Amino acid sequence: MTGRRRASLMVTCLGDLFFPEVGVSIVRLLRTLDVPVDVPPGQTCCGLPLFNSGYHTEAAAVARRTVSLFADSEHVVVPSGSCAWMIKHEYPGLLSGKGLAREAGELAARTHEFSQFLVKVLGVTELGSTVAGRVTYHDSCHLLRGLHESQSPRTLLGGLRGVELVDLPGADECCGFGGSFAVRLPEVSSQILAKKLANVEGTGASCLVACDAGCLMQMRGGLTRRKSRVRALHLAELLDGDRR
Amino acid sequence: MSDDVLAVPFRQRAGSAMKDAFLQEALTIATTKFIGLRREAFEDFPEGETLRNRARAIKEATLQRLDHHLETLIGNVERLGGHVHYAATSEEARSIIVDIARRTGARMAVKSKSMATEEIHLNEALERAGITPVETDLGEYIIQLAHERPSHIIAPAIHKTKAQVAALFGRELKRPVEADPEVLTRIARGELREKFLQADLGITGANFAVADTGTVVLVTNEGNGRMVTSLPRVHVAVMGVEKVVPSLTDLMVFLAILAKSATGQKLSVYTSLVGGPRRPGELEGPEEFHLVLLDGGRIAQLGGPLREALSCLRCGACLNVCPVYRQIGGHAYGHTYPGPIGILLTAMLEGAPAVKDLAHASTLCGACAEACPVRIDIPRMLIELRREVDDTKIAPWAERVAFKLLARLLRHPGLYRLAARAGRVLQRPFATEGTVSRLPFFFDEWTRTRDLPAVAARTFQERWASEKDLRP
Repeated sequence: MTGRRRASLMVTCLGDLFFPEVGVSIVRLLRTLDVPVDVPPGQTCCGLPLFNSGYHTEAAAVARRTVSLFADSEHVVVPSGSCAWMIKHEYPGLLSGKGLAREAGELAARTHEFSQFLVKVLGVTELGSTVAGRVTYHDSCHLLRGLHESQSPRTLLGGLRGVELVDLPGADECCGFGGSFAVRLPEVSSQILAKKLANVEGTGASCLVACDAGCLMQMRGGLTRRKSRVRALHLAELLDGDRR
Repeated sequence: MSDDVLAVPFRQRAGSAMKDAFLQEALTIATTKFIGLRREAFEDFPEGETLRNRARAIKEATLQRLDHHLETLIGNVERLGGHVHYAATSEEARSIIVDIARRTGARMAVKSKSMATEEIHLNEALERAGITPVETDLGEYIIQLAHERPSHIIAPAIHKTKAQVAALFGRELKRPVEADPEVLTRIARGELREKFLQADLGITGANFAVADTGTVVLVTNEGNGRMVTSLPRVHVAVMGVEKVVPSLTDLMVFLAILAKSATGQKLSVYTSLVGGPRRPGELEGPEEFHLVLLDGGRIAQLGGPLREALSCLRCGACLNVCPVYRQIGGHAYGHTYPGPIGILLTAMLEGAPAVKDLAHASTLCGACAEACPVRIDIPRMLIELRREVDDTKIAPWAERVAFKLLARLLRHPGLYRLAARAGRVLQRPFATEGTVSRLPFFFDEWTRTRDLPAVAARTFQERWASEKDLRP
């Protein structure tokens, strides 16, 4: 690690509204690592829901806001692979015709999904927390296939004391969330989810970890509905473990 | 596909498919097997990744000069004594083939597996003209007996279990038939042998056509393709215009990845290179050879948003890995080509309005793009189609208003905060301990099967603004 890093948290809409504890854990973890964190005010959403449904003019307007909100940030840390992917892969294209190509490109380079920031930017693999129990990890689609990341979250989980990390069969298969897909075709979405959760329960894990608020919403929603003893947590929550 | 099928909304078709226990069993077994076989094939083939890039580059370069390569192909097929026909539409393709059949006095046509002939609805046209089409690929033979359509690009009867096939054969033969693939294949083989000898016309598709040599290439596993192309007096091959490749060297690149992607085989059992009709002194082959080049909307996409889909090899890998296809199977899509690539091809052949709902039949998980041997970015084009559906106002009015409102909310943090507060108030009757288990109206689409987290008592940004120990 060279020099001190500063991070701005982009908490994302789902993180802000539904999973504030994830943001809190991230702030706490980064502080422990001696990384000053700020949260630029007035955050809403990265615009991915608009983009994926084909509302690109609207998505570009939202993207333009993000670019200016984080213009002065050294690193932007995002708790969801899909939102990080949106900024890194779609912002430059969306904003290229709007005279913001350079700014969007710079933001893309400075933006990191949470686990990648820890492992690849900070060079951290162990957080020193203790979490007892069997844990399994679900690869979120955008993090895995969009950002080509499967190792960083597993490295961090493996670095926890007391954790037994077990492979999830079909870990790389979609959980069935897919944004508006989950409510446009709820029956299909639910059947994909049911198969995912059967695999999760088959591992005997007591905790399912993911790095995307969308997948967490879907999988946690399915687990609590079936009164499963498995808890679905964001990676940051588990890493924050005994500090919580 | 028939209008009857499309009269039922897509969501309902998908729902029925998920209630079909046989289909569910067959789909799970087959797609899981295909996924594993494909993965193993590429694990044992380190040069595969480079060849995939090479294949895509060849496709791109060929599409750049498609007119030139087609002219070369036509010249070489004719030089070998074959006839080439150009069909702008399915209707034209059908009438070209029916005319050939009539002129040559054909009464029975044996066919090897071909999605292009499914696309143009050839069998019905032949039947109307008094010519009996006989499908000779085992899967196609099964679905022809069942009066169905293929539900997968390379495994047309993927939706049937072996027990269902045994029952179908038993009904035809009026005797009990054992549900053993070997027994079933032997029965089909016996039935088909007769037909090969009787047929006057052989109809095939084409996996590739090599411009330089005028060769039509068929990739098959059952040997029926060879019978179809060598026994009848006349052979007609039907091929989408995009399937031309410049040279045999290029062909080798595609052959190295096609079967691996489709079935996990290193090569398919038969790779047939067909070079025109029988020449003087040759012992086998047809007296006449016809190549029908089918446009059907492809040429228009050379400069269109779906251009990338013209590189498709029809291997079916994207179907096998698609979480949606794996739940609903091919028939629920309601068109000739199912699965992720099928949505793009349907839009290409029938126009964007035809995929108004199908464009959303994807979680955009990216598994299709990853499995595609030529790396077609299917999710990106699905998003493009959604955009076209929204922009042309084909999308439902209420949906468009909802998204415009969402966009406004996300542009104005004040409105966003207000919406969060409103959400907290409105959810009160439905939330217990931070969880919402039941919501009214449209929101029930989520809560019927899943809990929803309640809007937090304090959002992260509210906590950040007010909690001292959170701030630096």
